[in-house]
Amino acid sequence: MVPLSYYLVLSGVLFACGVTGFLIKRNIITIFMSIELMLNGVNLSFVAFAAHWHALSGQIFVFFVMVVAAAEAAVGLAIIIAVYRTRETLNVDQVNLLKL
Amino acid sequence: MLHLVLFLIFGAICVAGAVNLLVQRHPINSALSLVAVMASLAVEYLLLGAEFVAAVQVIVYAGAIMVLFVFVIMLLNAGEEARTGGSRVAILFGIPGMLAGSLLVAWVLITHSGTQEVSAGALPGPPREIANLLFHDFLLPFEVTSVLVLIAIMGAVVLAARPESIEQQKREG
Repeated sequence: MVPLSYYLVLSGVLFACGVTGFLIKRNIITIFMSIELMLNGVNLSFVAFAAHWHALSGQIFVFFVMVVAAAEAAVGLAIIIAVYRTRETLNVDQVNLLKL
Repeated sequence: MLHLVLFLIFGAICVAGAVNLLVQRHPINSALSLVAVMASLAVEYLLLGAEFVAAVQVIVYAGAIMVLFVFVIMLLNAGEEARTGGSRVAILFGIPGMLAGSLLVAWVLITHSGTQEVSAGALPGPPREIANLLFHDFLLPFEVTSVLVLIAIMGAVVLAARPESIEQQKREG
């Protein structure tokens, strides 16, 4: 049997890795993947709490988070393609103007 | 005992994949380590008794979303990221800050959350129960997410379309 806090610590570590990647990465696609990592960490804590309190609605929330993540991935990657088309770079340090 | 061993093994794979995502310079390597993180998270969900969530995690996250990522990386021919002054400053302050933050959170969670244990299979999450909740209690949010996905599809098509093709369609239409 695994204590609940172990799952929460794992979820927190994943979230922290996501935040760190968001801060230190300069490739816009990798930054986007760090956001997915954060969402995964939150999902793990949802499922752990659902199992802890015997409430299935926690698992339903994981589905909603997945749907939002899928929609976000589709729109975000389309934005990345549009940015690359106009600026020819994926480095966020070089994407510093709202208008070309 | 077996549960704890499995949790530790796949938790270690999870954290290793997450750290590898940060260390790798090439986005395709980061994407593949993210797939490893998601697959081992699916095993953690199985340990928690959420079989259906685990299946959806593998199909939707490790399957669909990551294929989308890899597709975009290949499409844009993304190379290794360059090191800049800003990223050095971020590494200098970001990594120690996040290490301190996560250690603090881990310490608080382990010392203050008691010793309640989550047993595997304590909450069976069979598809029947999930469907009952999803299509009955959460019907309105479910329908709203379908609208959200529709808007996301339209937004993706509009954003990713070439500007010339939109103008061409306007002239023809």
